[in-house]
Amino acid sequence: MSKRISSDDVAKVARLARLDLGDERLEAMTSQLDDMLGHFADIDALDLDGVEPMTQPYPLVNVLRDDTVAPGLDRDEVLAAAPDPDSDRFRVPPILGLDG
Amino acid sequence: MGRAVELAARVRSGEVRAADVVEGYLSAIDAREAEVHAFNLVLAEAARERAAAIDAVAASGGDPGPLAGVPVALKDNLCTRGVPTTCSSKILDGWRPPYDATVVERLAAAGAVVVGKTNLDEFAMGSSTENSAFGPTRNPLDVSRVPGGSSGGSAAAVAAGFAEVSLGSDTGGSIRQPAALCGVVGVKPTYGAVSRHGLVAFASSLDQIGPFANDVADAALLLESIAGHDPGDSTSIPEAFPSLDASLTAGVEGVRIGRISDLPAGADADVEARLEAAFEALAAAGAEIVDVEVPAFTYGLTAYYLIAPAEASSNLARYDGVRFGLRVDAADTNAMYTATRSAGFGDEVQRRIMLGTYALSAGYYDAYYGKALKVRRLIADDFARAYERCDVMLTPASPSVAFPFGSKTADPFAMYLCDTYTIPSNLAGHPAMSVPFGSGADDLPVGVQVLAPALGEPVMFQVAAELERRAS
Repeated sequence: MSKRISSDDVAKVARLARLDLGDERLEAMTSQLDDMLGHFADIDALDLDGVEPMTQPYPLVNVLRDDTVAPGLDRDEVLAAAPDPDSDRFRVPPILGLDG
Repeated sequence: MGRAVELAARVRSGEVRAADVVEGYLSAIDAREAEVHAFNLVLAEAARERAAAIDAVAASGGDPGPLAGVPVALKDNLCTRGVPTTCSSKILDGWRPPYDATVVERLAAAGAVVVGKTNLDEFAMGSSTENSAFGPTRNPLDVSRVPGGSSGGSAAAVAAGFAEVSLGSDTGGSIRQPAALCGVVGVKPTYGAVSRHGLVAFASSLDQIGPFANDVADAALLLESIAGHDPGDSTSIPEAFPSLDASLTAGVEGVRIGRISDLPAGADADVEARLEAAFEALAAAGAEIVDVEVPAFTYGLTAYYLIAPAEASSNLARYDGVRFGLRVDAADTNAMYTATRSAGFGDEVQRRIMLGTYALSAGYYDAYYGKALKVRRLIADDFARAYERCDVMLTPASPSVAFPFGSKTADPFAMYLCDTYTIPSNLAGHPAMSVPFGSGADDLPVGVQVLAPALGEPVMFQVAAELERRAS
């Protein structure tokens, strides 16, 4: 297999994406991503020097609107959809202090 | 006249009661939904109440709107206030949005009756609706085959007669391909023509909401009802959306139809034969067939499968177990994020997040994402050159007719190839639609795709209406 991406790379990307693949899926993912990157190499043959990258199909800039007062989302309705609301806040597990 | 157009006219005049119309569709759902599984949620009681309210408006001499009493199904990635919106993902199971999508508001204002939320590939990532956390949707024309995807539930709902029309979303072909596989009309509008406010984001520079319908006239009516500027979407086009009325009867005399001479190979012979028949039918109707070249078309797949996952990896970062949906508890917040996302996202979604995160990561950005954005420009430039010589172009909507379950699930890339002909329009931001044009292998429907330049919906519908007239 041509190695465009190693299992160490994939493990690092999984950490960045906050995903735990486990050992078995890590190997499968590595081979699938490697296969895809192989297909994607078709664009390596293109001369892209001086081509302007295109991020949006319909470039609109500085979209302005009148500053009209309107009701926002209902706070109770928003909090009711959260897994662990606490009065008017979202409760989460400890952020600091467990593993530095 | 379209079926929904006619239905709404009868409800508005009081000739038919919306309540009776809705009851008929709910019976159809009762009869076959267990077999097809088009819906994540059927909203029978809400639909009955809504229909009664529309009848009351009509009875009191008011106008309940251009879609009065028309039963519509919504892809389950469109936010509906207080009604579960899952994206067919465990990570949003049970979530009730605190607001309606703009398209949902507009359908309500037009008098439509929502009958349910339809199944999809999780977060709209897939081409067969096999990636749903709630099980696949089956093609109503042959339940051993897929309906296409990702809007498979919306396509199946219309094909099965569970709803007269429906809405889907199309990021790389997710309306047009299932429309082709289920034998209905499916439209991806110009990027910015329809507000994305309240559409759960997959790839924001590519996503567009659009209609499914039994005929071209109904698709036009539905599109006109949802299109138009919305301050809630900063990429929404400020100009008024053009009227499609005249397009439906205009014919194609003198319209220049592009045949892409360097179109990527890969379509089955039965599909190729129907495309050829479409060119012949349009030529017989007075259109001019013009050979054009779109050399970068073939690189669309690569550009798309780098750009869309890159945008998805960023958009899906919000599913962290804090503000909505699933949480899997852990000792600290970082571990909670990881546990929640690993349990909540299915395989394909995790694969695309991985691909996108990799394509954006330090050291690889220029080689993958940056390069893909340049290829995207080449595609848009090639389209612009082609449209100097033609008004629309035709391609297959899907390389094949509906395929059996499991036939593409082992190799993710084989599934991605389903999108070969639909992806370039998303990258360019152009409209495109699939129109049923006869059948191919096993008597299954074939969809011909009509592509047009940005805001070229009027000429696109003109050609689609002619194809429809000549399909039988």
